[in-house]
Amino acid sequence: MDPYLRVEDLRVSFNTTDGVVRAVDGLSFSVERGRTLGVVGESGSGKSVTSLAILGLHDPRRATVTGGITVGGRQLIGRPESEVRRLRGRDAAMIFQDPLSALHPYYPVGRQIAEAYRVHHRGAGRAETRRRVIELLDRVGIPQPGRRYDQYPHEFSGGMRQRVMIAMALVNDPDLLIADEPTTALDVTVQAQILELLADLQAESGTAIVLITHDLGVVSQVADEVLVMYAGRAVEQGTVEQVLLRPQHPYTWGLLSSVPSLRGDAEADLRPIPGNPPSLIDVPAGCAFHPRCRYAEHTAGRCGTELPELRAAGTAGHRVACHLRTEERARRYAEDVARVGVAR
Amino acid sequence: MTDAATPEPLLRVRGLTKHFPARGGRRRSGPVRAVDGLDFEVRAGETLGLVGESGCGKTTTGRLLVRLLEPTGGSIEFAGRDITHAGRRKLRPLRPDLQIIFQDPYASLNPRHTVGRIIAMPLQVNGITPAGGRKARVRELMELVGLNPEHYDRYPHEFSGGQRQRIGIARALAPGPRLVVADEPVSALDVSIQAQVVNLLRDLQRELGLAFVFIAHDLAVVRHFCQRVAVMYLGRIVEIGARDDIYERPRHPYTRALLSAVPEVTRSGPADRIRLTGDVPSALDPPSGCRFRTRCPKARDRCSVEEPALTRRDGADQAIACHYPEPEPGAVG
Amino acid sequence: MSERAERQDRRLAGRSPGQLAWLRLRRDRTALVSGAVLTLFVLVACGASLIELAYGIDPRDQFQGKLDGSGMPLGYAGGISTEHFFGLEPGLGRDIFIRLVHGLRWSLVIALAAAVLTAVIGVVLGTLAGYLGGWLDAVVSWITDLTLAMPFLVVALALTPTVTLRFYGQRDAVPPAFGIAVLIAIFAVFGWTSTARLVRGQVIALREREFVEAARASGAGLGHMLFRQLLPNIWAPILVSFSLAVPQFITGEAALSFIGVGLGEEIPSFGRMIYQSLEYLQTDPAFVFFPGVTIFALVFAFNLFGDALRDALDPKSVR
Ligand SMILES: Nc1ncnc2c1ncn2[C@@H]1O[C@H](COP(=O)(O)OP(=O)(O)OP(=O)(O)O)[C@@H](O)[C@H]1O
Ligand SMILES: Nc1ncnc2c1ncn2[C@@H]1O[C@H](COP(=O)(O)OP(=O)(O)OP(=O)(O)O)[C@@H](O)[C@H]1O
Ligand code: SF4
Ligand code: SF4
Ligand SMILES: [Mg+2]
Ligand SMILES: [Mg+2]
Repeated sequence: MDPYLRVEDLRVSFNTTDGVVRAVDGLSFSVERGRTLGVVGESGSGKSVTSLAILGLHDPRRATVTGGITVGGRQLIGRPESEVRRLRGRDAAMIFQDPLSALHPYYPVGRQIAEAYRVHHRGAGRAETRRRVIELLDRVGIPQPGRRYDQYPHEFSGGMRQRVMIAMALVNDPDLLIADEPTTALDVTVQAQILELLADLQAESGTAIVLITHDLGVVSQVADEVLVMYAGRAVEQGTVEQVLLRPQHPYTWGLLSSVPSLRGDAEADLRPIPGNPPSLIDVPAGCAFHPRCRYAEHTAGRCGTELPELRAAGTAGHRVACHLRTEERARRYAEDVARVGVAR
Repeated sequence: MTDAATPEPLLRVRGLTKHFPARGGRRRSGPVRAVDGLDFEVRAGETLGLVGESGCGKTTTGRLLVRLLEPTGGSIEFAGRDITHAGRRKLRPLRPDLQIIFQDPYASLNPRHTVGRIIAMPLQVNGITPAGGRKARVRELMELVGLNPEHYDRYPHEFSGGQRQRIGIARALAPGPRLVVADEPVSALDVSIQAQVVNLLRDLQRELGLAFVFIAHDLAVVRHFCQRVAVMYLGRIVEIGARDDIYERPRHPYTRALLSAVPEVTRSGPADRIRLTGDVPSALDPPSGCRFRTRCPKARDRCSVEEPALTRRDGADQAIACHYPEPEPGAVG
Repeated sequence: MSERAERQDRRLAGRSPGQLAWLRLRRDRTALVSGAVLTLFVLVACGASLIELAYGIDPRDQFQGKLDGSGMPLGYAGGISTEHFFGLEPGLGRDIFIRLVHGLRWSLVIALAAAVLTAVIGVVLGTLAGYLGGWLDAVVSWITDLTLAMPFLVVALALTPTVTLRFYGQRDAVPPAFGIAVLIAIFAVFGWTSTARLVRGQVIALREREFVEAARASGAGLGHMLFRQLLPNIWAPILVSFSLAVPQFITGEAALSFIGVGLGEEIPSFGRMIYQSLEYLQTDPAFVFFPGVTIFALVFAFNLFGDALRDALDPKSVR
């Protein structure tokens, strides 16, 4: 099947007074209908910039966007704003991290969702719209949807607001849903509810979902494929099992061994990645990760000079951007795990 | 809750309560019962984790402990002295012993002060001059938390989030405290940086023999840092005990649900998850009886009329506030 | 680290937010130009006596001989010549240039003094009200609202003559210094409220910030809280409001003098000159031109500079 969303060599840069910020630098991926791609990476790795680019939400006066973005077979970059706007909301919708700032405080939530519906259903009558919205509120698990229709955002709890946002995103039956940290502001018990809701909705309607998060646990729960980002580039790509259970890239290893777990030895030290993520104005030459990588010395200097390409590694479909040869990488990782005893 | 065998605790909290007057339009409603009767103790050199969902009163508790807030009721005893309503003057001699680390690495440092001045602040306001001078002490502290002492004269905006949090830690350590309250010290940091800071705090705690009240909503982080853990729900402690008891053998339905909701990289699928429906009720108007009853999968009639007290079995360390707790492993029934 | 980052690192290391603001200000062309214009004005005002000496004309000197029969200055454009740079006043025949120089001096003295007084009162009351809260805050807020409810012009019109009469009889000559003091007092009484409000709001926002709580948790006293923690963080908005208050007071003084309750005839003033020139709008437009342009340039430069200052100090542009 042809993927519903295809991103090819996406580059987004911002001109600032301090210099050019290369927020996304040559990113390619695709998502099929009914599948979920988890995009993980630390703060500032370009996750949100990518999601805004897919929906054409960057201000053309500040951002330079190049590359290819195909949604449902249509190329988006370079298209007039009106065409992109039609796509937004109808074919593709977005859920943000902070529902409170995305909802207007002075309008009842029902009306806000109804408005989103009418934008793409000009002919819809009042009663029909209301019915449609209430049905959706019910579907995202809001009790007493008829009464809730007329309430204001501040009368909803954080979890309920996020449900409202999901309802608003789904009102036009989009084929692509982009969720940018949809549960980061929520409690774990509520997060579990929302993630389950997204999975159920996807099973019903076959939506393609791009789930952006910095939480590897969330990704492992809901994603089919994973893309690991570092400094605006993909460093590892594959299925959840490939990336999280048989990771191949030193950065992914670092991430996984940094995360504290509910199991295993609670007394053992965590193994953080040394140093800090780079500034995107001044990305290190070669592999952007090399100043923090403990394997950089094993590639005869290539890490600091030569940009590693995303290449097949391990099982089919698994791709890694690292100069270490696959066998060597496996050996080093095994040694490392044996030495410090953190295995996942 | 005192065991005769254990030495006098460093911090003893009894029935601690904080009610905020309700804000906004609704006149008739009662106060926000942010913290509503907490009992716990922290011994010297011990780390107690305080976990719970947003709004359950963790931050309020932390601020009450360092007396940034005035308790509505109950008592706080620190190092044998009652500080529940102590004024600034009476607290003065205890201030160096009791320090706090904040969550937000950006808001917690004065942007107009150099790092050196920020770290020296507790020494300055308490008139402490360590042997060798304040400057030398500050450099020593910077080294201790992994900062370059040469950055003494730099300003906070020149540091990354993780480095800023190290500055906040150095400031808390400056007067040589015995108890540090850390309110979500790593929640705002990236995973890789978070691990650096957790390791640092752990090393410092062991090296200096500090007692910690470690507030967090991330159960896994708490597990890696704390010897004892208290789980809070709507202003009350529902379960408290040794780390391994809480994580391996949780007995309160809420603790169990909370643990099972944490998405773990190694756990595949939400098959064994205890689903909680609904959200945390408002602290303005908590449910009658057991506060958890509106979401509890085990709730029965008794739960809505009788509030369960935090009780423990004789000789046990784990205390639970539930009428129908999970059975103790090994026990029958 | 790349060479560029290292250079940048060295350049920025140890720079305080204030120094960074100064760097930004120096890079701002509007700030440079308006700052230069202001410096020129201030130099002229400070050197008014020296200029008078060099120019050789007293602001009270009347050159009746250089006026025609109807009191109009002889020559072109209001009598501009090498002796009288900006020409002569119709009627009295006084030199416009030297009167402007002196007017500038008094205008700046009044506006700056009023702005300083305003800032001091506003900062003290605003900080205390914001930080301590409680009854003090209630009282300060109440007085603020009361002051804001009073119509400035009406009160100024009513108060100035009353106060003057209180101290001097109907016929006594009122010393110029007294008039100046009354003007400054009126501006201060009406002006401090906006600074107090601004400062109070800033302090209330800062009070909740964690670094303030950290100091409180360490047992810091009131002095440390106010002078070490809070004030260093609000001098930027204070400075901006100060630099924007000065032009307000300049126009305020001109307006009051224009309607006759400001400075008397003894002190040259923009407001009075413009008032007197209105009579000659048709016959001698040069008379209104010079004071008008001067006050416009002065106020405009101040406002531009204030805006540039705000941009430079804006924490949002601190990266
Ligand atoms: N409008 C903009 N102008 C300049 N730089 C920008 C802009 N938007 C984003 N950036 C920069 O682009 C980089 C990537 O930002 P992005 O928001 O995509 O990060 P992220 O991966 O979503 O991080 P987070 O986890 O913090 O949300 C950052 O360094 C950010 O500072
Ligand atoms: N100053 C205040 N006035 C009124 N209500 C308050 C105040 N501070 C806190 N509250 C309320 O008290 C309750 C407990 O808040 P607290 O900040 O202690 O929660 P928390 O457990 O720290 O939550 P989080 O995980 O979101 O930080 C909340 O319902 C909150 O709205
Ligand atoms: S390319 Fe080199 S520096 Fe980059 S991850 Fe691989 S080994 Fe490390
Ligand atoms: S007391 Fe009842 S409602 Fe509360 S936790 Fe126990 S079983 Fe659930
Ligand atoms: Mg983001
Ligand atoms: Mg909190």
